Amino acid sequence: MLFTSYEFIGFVVLLVALYYVLPKKLKWPLLLLGSYVFYYFAGWKFLFYIFGVTGITYVAGLLISANKTRSDLQLKAMKGQDLPKDERKRFKEANRTKRRRIMAVGITIALLVLAVVKYTNFTIHNINSLLTVFHISKQLNFLNIALPMGISFYTFQAVGYVIDVYRDRHEAQRNFFKYALFVSFFPQLVQGPISRYGDLSKELFTPHPFSGRVVGRGLERVIWGYFKKLVIADRILPAVNTLIGTPEQFKGMYVFAAMMFYALELYADFTGGIDITIGIAEMLGIPVKENFERPFFSKNIAEYWRRWHITMGTWFTDYIFYPISVSSPMLKLSKWSRAHLGEKAGKRVPVYLASFVVWFTTGIWHGASWNFIVWGLGNFVVIMISQELEPLYRKFHKKFDTSGSTTYKTFQVGRTVLLMSALRLFDCYRDVPLTFKMFGTMFTTWNWGSIGDGIFLQLGISRADYVILALGTLLLIVVSMIARSGSVRDKMEKRLPMPVRFGVFALLVIVILIFGAYGKGYDASQFIYNQF
Amino acid sequence: MDELISILKEIHPDVDYSTATNLVDGKILDSFDIISLVAEIADTFDVVISAEYMIPENFNSAEALWNLIRKLQDDD
Repeated sequence: MLFTSYEFIGFVVLLVALYYVLPKKLKWPLLLLGSYVFYYFAGWKFLFYIFGVTGITYVAGLLISANKTRSDLQLKAMKGQDLPKDERKRFKEANRTKRRRIMAVGITIALLVLAVVKYTNFTIHNINSLLTVFHISKQLNFLNIALPMGISFYTFQAVGYVIDVYRDRHEAQRNFFKYALFVSFFPQLVQGPISRYGDLSKELFTPHPFSGRVVGRGLERVIWGYFKKLVIADRILPAVNTLIGTPEQFKGMYVFAAMMFYALELYADFTGGIDITIGIAEMLGIPVKENFERPFFSKNIAEYWRRWHITMGTWFTDYIFYPISVSSPMLKLSKWSRAHLGEKAGKRVPVYLASFVVWFTTGIWHGASWNFIVWGLGNFVVIMISQELEPLYRKFHKKFDTSGSTTYKTFQVGRTVLLMSALRLFDCYRDVPLTFKMFGTMFTTWNWGSIGDGIFLQLGISRADYVILALGTLLLIVVSMIARSGSVRDKMEKRLPMPVRFGVFALLVIVILIFGAYGKGYDASQFIYNQF
Repeated sequence: MDELISILKEIHPDVDYSTATNLVDGKILDSFDIISLVAEIADTFDVVISAEYMIPENFNSAEALWNLIRKLQDDD
């Protein structure tokens, strides 16, 4: 059941209506039932995976919480017994180790499930390539495993929950079904955001009374999401597919066009999908964390990554970057490197090593292919270079005062757009060498003169499509500019009377119906992030 | 506390740590700074700040960080 299907819209309307009609007690169970029905439509076999990951992490959370409660009580009793401090410390440490082991087992099993379904065939492919290199004729057979929808997202969410219980950020959820709802909440199951239990749980289980304003605001967000997805992302998709599907024909300037078209498609697709997700949750009165903060307006790549797919970025920072970089071996390495490489260079070693692991993982999380790994490491390289150039930038800014300069800000934004779009070429072409080759043709094949030859009208989209895309993108930029000083919907609510707001969104619906790429005969595309 | 302030000053000399209360939320300290800080604290105070304490509230001000160091020292 795609977000863009009529079935999905019918499903959401029915679910929202039932949510507000049913008695309080039945509201969250309805959401759980709805989430599993939604997931059933993706493939009944996939239910075993989500159920398995839910079960494993639920038990791990419970065991950790039970140990913590028990050991806290015993510690309290020990205090009264006037025992030596060392003994209390040993007891505390022993229980902590127990909890750490439970956490490790829980998250290892959950991540193993993800690793097996996502990376087995990639591993086999690499082994086969190695066998060929060493002239061994034996080849391993690929396994017939389908990637369960949203597994990367819900596994990360469940793993984060177990770690947070271990870190004592919150207690474990005792009710299995409530926990199952946290893992499977249907709007965010497909492409995130990756929520934290502490952020989502309270509102998820609270029975929200009907409020026309709340439902209306959620609906506004949903409509905006469909506009981005159907009017922009899916409309430009045929051109992107043609340009990257026939690389031998489209070099030089066409690679640049593919790069910019894909950047627009991905942005409209992913942020549109998240708007639909957050909007549906809002219609149910459930606030979900924002996943984007106008990322293309960032000054540099590090900032871009703090504003793009925010919940994934913070997940990697909290659960991979920090644990690695403050681990005891890393602190020892830091000490050693500072003593042997000097204070400045030595300090960087642990940070860069941890960043390398994070970006490698980010890459492979996006997909089991070398393209994604190189894309992740490409981001790592760009961020490290920018970090190393920091003193140079400081000198430059001391000499030339750029504060408040619109030209300099525009340069920074342009640089972010170009760098990120260029790195995203790894998403497009079939392998890494081809991506580098095609990127190179932008500088070696000078065919900008053919821009007016009409080839752009043979890419699968018409002149009218380009006009719609240009206007749609312009609207996207204008809305983003307005959003710099706060929520656009808040501003509309303050300044525009209800009938005018209604008119604006009704017009947007009409625009989607007329100009959206959907319906019979049109291959309504999956959201790009579904496949991750 | 003075030792902590001088470590912080090495990272960002221009910040007034006696008044600043939004070092992380105000994006003054980034994750790179925090890691350097943790390594320095481990050396100077013989205290390991593990990942579970890596939350903005513990790093938003010199005072919060100092309280964390003392708490971890007490736990030892």
